[in-house]
Amino acid sequence: MSLVFEKSVDQRRGYKNPALDVPAAGKIDAKYLRSEDCPFPEMSELDVVRHYTQLSKLNFSIDTHFYPLGSCTMKYNPKFCEASARVPGFANLHPLLPQLKDGERLTQGALEVLYDLEQWMCEMTGMASFTMQPLAGAHGELTGVMMMAAYHKAKGNKKRYIIVPDSAHGTNPATARIAGYDTISIPSDENGVMDFEVLKSKINDEVAGLMLTCPNTHGLFNSDIDKIAQMIHDVDGIMYYDGANLNAILGRCRPGDIGFDVMHINTHKTFTTPHGGGGPGAGPVGVNKKLEPFLPVSRVVKKSDGTFALDYDYEDSIGYIASFYGNFALLLRAYAYILLLGEEGLRAVSDHAVLNANYIKACLKDKFHLPFDRLCMHEVVFSAKKQAERGVHAVDIAKYLIDQGIHPPTVYFPLTVKESVMVEPTETESRTTLDEFIECMLQADLESQENPGMFHGLPKTTPISRPDEVKAARELNTNYFTQ
Amino acid sequence: MIPYISNTDADIQHMLNTIGVKSIDDLFADIKPQHYPQSFNLPDGRSEYDVLEHIKHLARKNSVDLVSFLGGGYYDHYVPSAVDAMISRGEFYTAYTPYQPEVAQGTLQALYEFQSSICALTGMEVSNASLYDGGTALYEAAMMSIRITRRNKIVMDGGVSPIYRKIIDTYTKNLNYKFVETQVVHGQSSRDEIFKHLDKDTSAIILQNPNFFGAIDDHSDIVARAHELGILVIQSVYPVALGILKTPGSMDVDIVTGEGQCLGLPLNFGGPYLGFMATKKKYIRKMPGRIVGQTVDQKGQRCFVNTLQAREQHIRRDKATSNICTNVSLCALQAQIYMALVGRQGFKELAMTNLHKAEYARQSLDKIDGVKVMRSSPTFNEFTVELPVDASTIMDRMIERGFAAGFPLGRYYGGMDNYMIVAVTEKRTRQDIDNYCAALKDVLTGLTAEVTT
Repeated sequence: MSLVFEKSVDQRRGYKNPALDVPAAGKIDAKYLRSEDCPFPEMSELDVVRHYTQLSKLNFSIDTHFYPLGSCTMKYNPKFCEASARVPGFANLHPLLPQLKDGERLTQGALEVLYDLEQWMCEMTGMASFTMQPLAGAHGELTGVMMMAAYHKAKGNKKRYIIVPDSAHGTNPATARIAGYDTISIPSDENGVMDFEVLKSKINDEVAGLMLTCPNTHGLFNSDIDKIAQMIHDVDGIMYYDGANLNAILGRCRPGDIGFDVMHINTHKTFTTPHGGGGPGAGPVGVNKKLEPFLPVSRVVKKSDGTFALDYDYEDSIGYIASFYGNFALLLRAYAYILLLGEEGLRAVSDHAVLNANYIKACLKDKFHLPFDRLCMHEVVFSAKKQAERGVHAVDIAKYLIDQGIHPPTVYFPLTVKESVMVEPTETESRTTLDEFIECMLQADLESQENPGMFHGLPKTTPISRPDEVKAARELNTNYFTQ
Repeated sequence: MIPYISNTDADIQHMLNTIGVKSIDDLFADIKPQHYPQSFNLPDGRSEYDVLEHIKHLARKNSVDLVSFLGGGYYDHYVPSAVDAMISRGEFYTAYTPYQPEVAQGTLQALYEFQSSICALTGMEVSNASLYDGGTALYEAAMMSIRITRRNKIVMDGGVSPIYRKIIDTYTKNLNYKFVETQVVHGQSSRDEIFKHLDKDTSAIILQNPNFFGAIDDHSDIVARAHELGILVIQSVYPVALGILKTPGSMDVDIVTGEGQCLGLPLNFGGPYLGFMATKKKYIRKMPGRIVGQTVDQKGQRCFVNTLQAREQHIRRDKATSNICTNVSLCALQAQIYMALVGRQGFKELAMTNLHKAEYARQSLDKIDGVKVMRSSPTFNEFTVELPVDASTIMDRMIERGFAAGFPLGRYYGGMDNYMIVAVTEKRTRQDIDNYCAALKDVLTGLTAEVTT
């Protein structure tokens, strides 16, 4: 499809600026001015609307397709949450208003949302306090690990290492490294959880902490979690809970009760805020009493008269980690979602996410190898190794599913399983949809036996065929104007 | 009915039978009794109507009817209706990161267009597909300069947003890098002050144009000096001003970042916003965040993919350029649609309208007894005003009269209690500005009367 710049026609206009009702008296010396106009396209509103409508149709999305992308939690995003975030009294609110003298009185509604959300998140996770500021899950991780470092510094601890299982998301080791720690990677055992004996052998006084997703990226809950926490705490290490999979255990288990000291929540996974084609996200971070003094500022407090305020006065705080109070419009969607679902609905989120994943596992395990044949939580990891022996790899199955109108599961992650196919159906999908998916997967297996050559050159129904990624990297073209 | 769950009782029974367990509880057997929650008391679920009414009720506790002259890096620009209509398409907002390019060309092409627009705006060669917001983008630029130069001291001009300064201060302190902030003189970047701090340990000097006080500058001389010492220059910019202002590219700046909220995003009480970053082609492999590149498919037709992924955490893990996973794709799309709608001519007019309205406000304020408009530098749509008393006091009284009068500088700068910055966007009419000046005059007269009685 043509680029927006290629559709430009001189003097065509798509938007009328407010009138200039004052004298054109503003002047700036030419040495401060750009030499040429900014070459944005010139289009009518209809041109622009049609261009982006057509582009949108080239996407798979939750609204249009089943999207069982493991580890990403592609659940339905209620239209109601979108409407909530667009209420003008919030959407048009300037973030500097509460920073005026006594300015908090001008934003009481917004502060109440942040305050209530913090209370609910604490109750859901067993943490003592939350900051809403981190702008994404990985940003939350960095915030959490900086608090971990501040804790050790305050206690005079000499720490060098953060332990991360080999099944972890890439953000965990990347975050640990950016925060100045070396990482120790722990292999998974035959049951798909962190190898307990290896872990034990790696723990020493220089261990700053451990970062863990629980259930992990194999979709498995580690039943030894309390013992692990004990070992880490014995060397004054900090337990970091990567909340990427919190959506599996709502109402069943709380990180704060099983030994975790700090955690983040990905609001798009636990609740439902749209993925947006890759963000924006929100990654609130919770801490127990041990790390509370180090929380970023500002913090939202409730005063004795029942009004809300921003408090910056915390001596040990790590400081500002974001410009304002978090990605507010996303937090507001989470707030609306929690109020709508309530306690019963939130418990049902995890119950049905886990039920759906186990159902898929049960229906496909005869044909697709299960590296860990046990009950799973909200997602299940298969290996396409049997199919790969026939020349049909995980990526081929992914492309086959695309032609069936299904977004592929995550393939080749986690790195611990060869030919991995990671399926996360989420709670919002019905049995009808799951059955259709199962049928497609079984058909893919059958084709791999009878007609493996068929997978060559898939997908066939998409706007483009497989792109040349090597060319993209070698002959870099990332900007229309200098190609 | 539990919202958004569609398994019926019969479905549940069928699924449990297939799995071979008796109840959903059985599926959670790996969670031992000692792991059970100590508490899980949350509010009861409510109806959609009920929750929406509650949210509207809370919204009424916010003051959004103030006529706003408040900026400070976040501006009350008009957002054309088509922007929200387009990003409300489920195909865009309910898709995820384009890991499967065959079914994500919509997102990928829009991001390529966005990168191109950011390059056009800034005069730079390459851009990434967005970062969280302007403040964290600036921090990422600082880290990027450290990776390129292998030096560990960051120098920041005092005219850079104090909000950004606080963020950089947090990360450099906690991640053990040196950070120096230089003094501004009369609201302008002081060359003497900056040059004093540039040395062989310095990885980058961070500048902002227009700066927090509203001053416009040409940083070419600072860039030349920095480059002599092997120091990179990072400039934080305000996109709407670049409709007319000299581009960082033409000043030979190395890394450009900025806050894209002004490009079609609502103020949203602080987020989500749009961080962007552009640089020279030679530094592209050191740049954090996703980058979309053009290529061809097997049939030779043009298409787009995420490229240079070997920089990223999901491939490189602990050796990645940044821990960033997500960006703000939807906000980038929002800005791209805005830039396409406003267009080449419209964008220049928008910038000129902002400039002229601010000039009108500047001249009108200058005529008020006791108000002194700072004129040591040219400005765009925001400028500094000195008042005879504490600016916070004035702000307070202006709010009673329905105006968010500006932002008091005393909040972040010692000794500047009597100063405020005033922003004027295209949304402010001549009448708004006249009313504002009349109200301010009234407030000042009232205060004088209080002092004399």
